[in-house]
Parts: sequence; C-alpha cells; structure tokens
Amino acid sequence: MTNTWTDIANANLVLVMGGNAAEAHPCGFKWVTEAKAHNKARLIVVDPRFTRTASVADYYAPIRIGSDIAFMGGLINYLLTEDKIQHEYVRNYTDVSFVVREDFDFDDGLFTGYNAEKRTYSDKSSWNYEIGEDGFAVVDPTLQHPRCVFQLMKQHYSRYTAELVSQVCGMPHDRMMKVWEEIATCSVPGKTMTILYALGWTQHSVGAQMIRSAAMVQMLLGNVGMPGGGVNALRGHSNIQGLTDLGLLSNLLPGYMTLATDPEQNFDDYIAKRTLKPLRPGQMSYWQNYGKFHVSLMKAWYGEAATAENGYCYDYLPKLDVPGYDVLRMFDRMGRGEVNGYFCQGFNPIAALPDKNRVLKAMTKLKWLVIMDPLVTETSEFWRNVGPYNDVDPADIQTEVIRLPTSCFAEEDGSLVNSSRWLQWHWKGAEPPHQAKSDIEIMSELFLRLRNMYREEGGAFPDPIVNLAWPYKGVVPSAEELAKELNGYAVRDIPDTTGTGGPGVKAGQQLGGFANLKDDGSTASGCWIFCGSWTDQGNLMARRDNSDPYNMKQNLGWAWAWPMNRRILYNRASADPQGKPWAGDKRCIWWTGKAWSGTDIPDYRPDVPPEAGMNPFIMNPEGVARFFSLDKLNEGPFPEHYEPFETPIGINPFHPNNKQVISNPAGRVFDSVWETLADHKEYPYAATSYRLTEHFHYWSKHCRLNAIVQPEQFVEIGEVLAKEKGIAAGDRVRLANKRGHIEAVAVVTKRIRPLQVNGQTVHQIGVPIHWGFVGLARNGYIANTLVPFIGDGNSQTPESKCFLVNLEKV
Amino acid sequence: MATLDIIARSATTTTPPSIRDMDAVAKLIDVSKCIGCKACQVACSEWNDIRDEVGHNHGVYEAPMDLTADSWTLMRFTEHEKDDGDLEWLIRKDGCMHCAEPGCLKACPSPGAIVQHANGIVDFHQEHCIGCGYCITGCPFDIPRISQKDHKAYKCTLCSDRVAVGLEPACVKTCPTGAIVFGTKEEMKVHADERIVDLKSRGYENAGLYDPDGVGGTHVMYVLHHADKPSLYDGLPDAPVISPMVSLWKGITKPLSLLAMGAAVLAGFFHYVRIGPQRVEEEDERKEAEAHSPGATSTSALSEPAVHTVDPSVQTFDPKQPDGRG
Repeated sequence: MTNTWTDIANANLVLVMGGNAAEAHPCGFKWVTEAKAHNKARLIVVDPRFTRTASVADYYAPIRIGSDIAFMGGLINYLLTEDKIQHEYVRNYTDVSFVVREDFDFDDGLFTGYNAEKRTYSDKSSWNYEIGEDGFAVVDPTLQHPRCVFQLMKQHYSRYTAELVSQVCGMPHDRMMKVWEEIATCSVPGKTMTILYALGWTQHSVGAQMIRSAAMVQMLLGNVGMPGGGVNALRGHSNIQGLTDLGLLSNLLPGYMTLATDPEQNFDDYIAKRTLKPLRPGQMSYWQNYGKFHVSLMKAWYGEAATAENGYCYDYLPKLDVPGYDVLRMFDRMGRGEVNGYFCQGFNPIAALPDKNRVLKAMTKLKWLVIMDPLVTETSEFWRNVGPYNDVDPADIQTEVIRLPTSCFAEEDGSLVNSSRWLQWHWKGAEPPHQAKSDIEIMSELFLRLRNMYREEGGAFPDPIVNLAWPYKGVVPSAEELAKELNGYAVRDIPDTTGTGGPGVKAGQQLGGFANLKDDGSTASGCWIFCGSWTDQGNLMARRDNSDPYNMKQNLGWAWAWPMNRRILYNRASADPQGKPWAGDKRCIWWTGKAWSGTDIPDYRPDVPPEAGMNPFIMNPEGVARFFSLDKLNEGPFPEHYEPFETPIGINPFHPNNKQVISNPAGRVFDSVWETLADHKEYPYAATSYRLTEHFHYWSKHCRLNAIVQPEQFVEIGEVLAKEKGIAAGDRVRLANKRGHIEAVAVVTKRIRPLQVNGQTVHQIGVPIHWGFVGLARNGYIANTLVPFIGDGNSQTPESKCFLVNLEKV
Repeated sequence: MATLDIIARSATTTTPPSIRDMDAVAKLIDVSKCIGCKACQVACSEWNDIRDEVGHNHGVYEAPMDLTADSWTLMRFTEHEKDDGDLEWLIRKDGCMHCAEPGCLKACPSPGAIVQHANGIVDFHQEHCIGCGYCITGCPFDIPRISQKDHKAYKCTLCSDRVAVGLEPACVKTCPTGAIVFGTKEEMKVHADERIVDLKSRGYENAGLYDPDGVGGTHVMYVLHHADKPSLYDGLPDAPVISPMVSLWKGITKPLSLLAMGAAVLAGFFHYVRIGPQRVEEEDERKEAEAHSPGATSTSALSEPAVHTVDPSVQTFDPKQPDGRG
C-alpha cells in the first residue's frame, strides 16, 4: 500500500476493483466501514461478480474479467476531456511536461521496438525522455509540445471512448458514466479516493499494467501521497509484503535491489548502473545511495570476507542468464526433467500454481521433494490416489517426498510485514507440537551441514557458503538476532558527520536509519528499508501505542512502518508546492518555516524548503510521478488494453485487425503452453477464480469451524446461463477445458449477469479456490486445474483471473 | 448464574427477586454494515464449545443450512432485485431475538427451563428442559432447536455468561466491521438512530430499527435498509406475535392438561406402590450395548462419513491434552 490500513478512514470515496476487500480482507475492511460511518464516504465496487463487498457498496458496476485497463483508460480519457484533474498537482508533481524521444511511437497496438519472433520488446531505447545538452530531461511547462507526456497520454487514450469501453467491458453505459462522474469529484484538491485492489489485478497477463493504469488515474486526481488516497495493494498473505521486501524473488536482493545479469560481471559497473543521477535540477533521486545499501547488505552477509578489494564479494552473487527463475520457469524446467530436487517451504504449488495436471506431472520428474509446512498439503500428497480428485497411480511416481513439519506463526517470535508495510512483532503463543521445528531452525541446520561438507570436501566454488557470516550465539539464530541484523549496525566506529559534534556511532551499535549506511564497509544492514526498525531505542516493531494526536489515523507509535516509520509514501505531495496542505482535513506534512513536520514522518528530506523545488517522488530521478513509465515495464510506457490469453471474444476491439496484439504481445508463454490454451468457440464461458471469506487459501480447510461454515466445493453460475443449461442450485456441474476438469455444486445466482461484450453475450463463471484432497472439508478438485500456465509480462504472476471453460450438468 | 437477576421463570408462579435494578441490554445488528463473513458464527461455536457437522453445499452461501442445536447463529443470504433492476444482497445474522415478552418462556411447561434475566436476556437452562419442543411453537422467530443427542432445546444465550461478568457477547467481540454492537438498550437505540440518518443519506428512505412491538420489543435489534419490509431479509417476520396456540395452552388447555398430568402421576404412584420399581435386566443392557458397538452394521457406516478420515500419517494435536495428543 502507498498508504496504510487505518488511513482508509480518511477517504471520501473508496474504489474496490481488482479485489474483494470485504471477503478477502474482512478485518482491514473495517476502515472502509469507518470511512463510510464517520467521513460520509461512498463505496464503489467494480467487479465481474456482485460480491459481499458489493453488498455494502453505494454503487456497483459489473465488468468483464480482464478488461480493467479499458475501464481505466476510458476513465483517463474522461478525466482529461472533462478537465476533471487536479491541475496544480499534475503540473508540478508529475511528468506531464517531460518531452519524449522523437523515435517513440505506438502503432495499432504495438510500441516501437517490438521483436515478434521473440515476443518481446527487444529495443526499448525510444521509450525515454529527450535529454538536453545539460544532461537533464527536456521539459515543456506549457504542455504544448506534441511529444510531451501530457499530449502523448491524451492522444493515447483518446481511442478509449466511453462507447468502446462500455462495449469492451460489458459495462452498461449509464452505470459506467455514473461511476466515472463520482470518481471525477475527487479531482478537487483535498477530496480523495482510495483504490483497494488485490489479486484481482495482479493475476492477469497484463496485471502490472492494470495497476499502473489505476496509479495514473490517482495521479490525475492528485490522490497519491494524500491521506485517504493512494494505490493500495491488499496483500494475499499475512507476510507476503515481507517476502518481496526481503527479496525472495529470484531476480531481487533485499530492499528491492536487483540481482545482476550475466553481462554485469564488474562490481563498479553494477553499482554505477543503479546509482541513478537526478534527471532534473535539484531533485533527490534517492537511488543515488544504491552503493551504500548494497555494500551494507554484503557486509551483513559476508562480514569480514567482504572487502573493498573483492568488490564486497560481488562475485559470490549469482548473475542471471534469464530475466528470472520465477516459479513458472522452475516448474517448466522441472517438467522438462531439468530439476532434480525441490524445497517447498510454506508453499503448496500443486494447488496454488496454474494447470494442476502440468504441475503434478512436473513433480513426478523430481528425484526428491522436501515439504516444509505445519500442515499436510496437497503437494505433500501429490502421489496419493484420491479418486477423481487426484487420479494418479502411486506406483508410477518415484519422487521421494520428505516432510519436515514446521511451527506455525503463532508458535514463534518474529515480525510480519502487513500490507501497510508495518513490521509488527509477535510473540510465541504456544510451543510447536511434537517434533515440529521453526523454518529458521531447519534451514540453519541444513546450512551448517552443507558448510561442513564444503569445508571438508571443498568443491568448485565453496567460498559463498564457507564465508557466510554466522555471528549468532547459538546454532540457530534467534528472531531477535535476525531482526537486529536486518536493521543493521556499525561494523567499526563511525565519526559524527552531522557537524553537531555528536558522538557518532560506535562499532556494534545498532543504526538509527538508512541515512547512516555507508559504502565503505563500515556499516552492515541485511535490508536497508528495514533500517530503523530495531535501533538503540530497542525493538520498535513491538510498539503498541495507538494514540493518534492529530486524529489523522497515522498512529505513528503502533509497530514500525518502512521506510523510517512513514505511513504514507510520497507524503510531500499532500502539501501544495508552497508547503501548505491541500486541505485542512487532509493534512499530513507541511513546511513549518524551518522544517517539514506533521501528522506523519516526512517521506522527503526534512530540511529542504519548498522554494528549493525538490519534488515529492524522491525515488525517481526526475522527482515526479510518471504517467510515462519509460522502459520500466515490458509492454510499453502506457498501459494498453490486451485481451486475456483465453479471451471470450477472440479479438481485441481496440485493434480488430491486428492478430499480433489480441493478447499481451510481451506476456509470458512457454512454447509447450500454446497447445493447452482454450479457444472461445469450443470453450465459450469466461471463468475467474477467487477466495471466500470462510477460508484462507488451502490451509483453513484443516480447521473444523471453517469447514463447517463452507464445507463443500462450489462454482457460481448466473441464473440466465443456468437456465439455458438446465442447471438448478445444488446440482453438480462439470467445468472443463483443454487442461482438465473439475466438478462441483452449482450456486445459481442473480449476482452474475450475462454481459454484452463487443456485440455478443458473455457468461461468466466464478470458481472459488479453497478445496483439495486433504483436510476436514469435503474433498474437492483443485480449482487451478483449469487455469492456464501463463504469466504477467513483468511479474510472471499467473493469469488465474481469466480462463475459458465449458459447462455441463453432471 | 445469579438468581437475583432472574425476573421470569417458565411454569413458575412465585414472585421473582426484585431488589436489584439492572439496565436492559441489547445487541444491535446493523445489516447495512454486515459483510456476511460468518466470523460471528465461528466465534459463537468457539465460545460455547459447540461443533456442528461438516455438511454439504446446497447451492447457496448458507452453511449450515439452518439453525441447529449446535449452531446458534447463522448468516442468511437473500438476493433481492429492486424494482429498478438493481440488485441487493441482503445478509442477515439470524438467531434468538431475546424478546421482552418471550413466547418460548410463556409456552414452556417445565419449571425453570427458560428464564428471563433482568437485563433482558432469555436463557435456556437445559438441566430443567424436558425436550417437549413447546418453546419452538412459542417462538415467533423459529429459533430454538432440539438436540438429537440429549433431546433438549438450545439457542443463543446472548452469551449470558460473558455479559454477567461485563463482557460483550462473542459475536460482538469478533465482528470485524462493527456491524454487531452491544450495550444498554437505550444506547443501542441512539446508535441505531445515527445509522438510520446515514442510510437515509444514501438513498434508503425506509431505513429503520427493527424492535417489534408484538413481542414487547427485543434485546436483539436490527438496523434494516428496508425496515418497511423486514420479510425481505429471508423471512424476518414483518409483525411477529406469539402464536395463539400458546395463549390457548396457558388459558384453557393448561389447567386441563395439568389435571391429566396430575392423574398420570397419581396413577404412576399407585403402580409403584403396588408393583414396585421397574428394573432393567442385564440381558437387555447387553443387547443394547451390542446394537451400538462399532462393529455393528448400520446404514450410516456405509454412506460417506460427514467428515472424511484424516490421513493416518497425520497426527492430530489437541492442545487441551497434557501431552498434546488428541
């Protein structure tokens, strides 16, 4: 979240789209209820289904699955043509005035630089600003230059007319206009809309671009950095934010630093490329400090072995030969017999990944599979025949499965990072049962055994293993020790540099924040964005002071939020260029005459006066927010509507004559996947998967009370389609496509209506995910059997929200 | 439980104690804030230590399908199409309304099986329940259920045990959106008024409080968007009253029936005096035991069990057992 859970209460308007907050995040949804009750906020829900969130909404609009960029593009066009934008904000805090390179172009669905053979944009060089002789980006504050971002954006979205968008989204025109009008009211300075989304946006082949299109709307409305505003990802697991923060993706290092690619063999070049110089005068460009973060990380990992001479063990880090070894790629390789063993830690791939049958087949090619989980999972039993639910012959499967029972979160101390970026410490509530061990204990013991083997037997390159710093008191590091290491400490005495004659930082002392980090090896920090969470003042994550002196719901004494306990990112934008809040009831930080101060910690340099002209988006070299995302995403600088890979209409109505761009031209499709894709003529119904309130993924079916309140697998079918097919509520039905089938009870509902899309009727079917063949709820089929093995063009997140099926009564 | 607080007792004519003044309490369920998450259902089962069967999906969101002796509260879902074609999904938490004039208590023939506390809570004391089911007939909301296990009636207690020590009911404590609130009945009415103003500002002209007169008002109240049509919410009675059968029973039938019952007791007494107590023969007991042993064939053993068996490789863990083994 750019903002924070409690801050939702400051919103005037709440848009829930690409998510279903009331059902998937019922506890956090209380802040929407607060906004409605105490702020007279209105709630809009845009969703293919009339959800439980819609049941408490003021407005609901149905949308065809996978058409969200069309909706947002149309909204951008509407806001621009109706002039419903926050002018001063847009002019000063965004890139509208930046001039784009002359060779940049967009033609019938494709941006410049596309390589059709490789299905990727192999040349993104034109997706950039024009750089002047002074080394800075060229700008035109009049916004008249035909290639300034404002004009290009206007031109790009002029094609997104209300009529076409209504056709593509299957959204009734009058309802769409009502929603757009309501959203447009938030262009008034000080009136804010918050957008709450979740996996309903991420799980698409164009998921990242959907979220960007929402960010663009928020920028036009001046709602980023504002209390009650922002673009807010509601995370699907209690600690999935922590997972990305700590870089547990194959192409990342902790704190959103990036792993080097194969050609980047030189340490200085690696750092220089990521040390981004300001693109406009007077801007902060915080990534200029990349070297400090990186060297401190390597000092935390390799201690004394990391020296200036060896580039702080730069050679120890793997260099990527492909963009990333994400799970789809791993399982693709597994399926081709290229993976021998696999560690499955808190992960249930057979249920969570797309195309269950493909995943299952891949796992049979493993020699061994280690499952680390508190509970028995479908993956740990993938070899077991469970009748139609898992129709395998164990005799055919030679994979050795080793189960290592782990403790669950309530059985250990530690911190979780929630959607609001709060690191919240929690304390062990019970001992783990039997021989279950914590994940840290298991991994530590494994590491120490491996290290011994490398020490004794050597190997091709034992250094990264044998030289890893292991400064813990016991065999197993405690949660406290790890948390302190993630925060960071001084490796040697650091003299005071503030000029105030202070004592500086003594060796071994905890660091107060990432401003203390150095690139000379004198500091260590396991994750620079967590620096400040465990300082000399102790464990700030354990704070539970919910006082709110300004009544602005920032609660700075509750736990600790990265970065530096700031609750609203880019909060400098909550004040006008002169440093005054845009509105009294939306005050966040302001210029006191001497410093920035307010209800939140400034996400900004606290001593820069407004007249210095430093802009709020300090992580960007240009200092402003980007409508034009340069070369950062793989499909292009502006979000464009592409159909899901399994489209129910077969064409892209924005580009009816270009078959190349029906679906994301840069989406992730492995060669062997094409033949598994369903065609809308054979499989006419558009299906989507989702969670229910009563269950948490595939876990809670082990719990009797959850099993009681949602006992058996079902799918949701609209009344019209059910009637056509002769299906009554409670009948068993079968959904099938080229990848497999599931059978479930039919819930026949008024809440899913047929939509008129591009001149044809599209029926949508809802497929909740929670069932499987272990646990206390009734056995069911893995819903993801039906989902295609396709990934987003940037994040590789599977397209679980759009797939085609056929439907029949059993 | 403190008998000082009981103001009415089923089938009892003695004057209840009255030296202690107590505020009437109420639970207010704001239907317009409810997201149907069923956390209240789960919290109710947790606090009261009751577990229903793992049932089936019957093509709807309700689970279980109805209140049972093991499920004292239940979310009921209604898809309502308005005249303008707009859809509403009305979700109502069903359970005992704790009527000020409880039909169940009035109907109950067993002394002390149903009591009414001075704070308004209507509570069943199962140790006195004879399982006759008259409370069901007496209830205008169709709430009490007879357990198949012990043939006694059960329903929501409004967590009388929690309330007695100053806590809110478990469902209130757990509700994530504040749709269920608890306090004195007066406070709840004030809160409801605020909610109704808000709902009217959102176009719900007929928003209002459900606190029906026909049962003397209730200690569980609803804020409804459509207070003019309570029955939209899965058949919530528009104007609930106690069944005339109950008055009939209390008025004419009861003295006659009591006479008949008295006669039966007398007959039993004379039977005992003349013939002696009935003894269960050992042979009978053995036969009984055989019929219920696990080895005995029964139809239920052939059908799919309600809860499928846990894989033998998984050990169950019961934190309440000293060694953790369930």
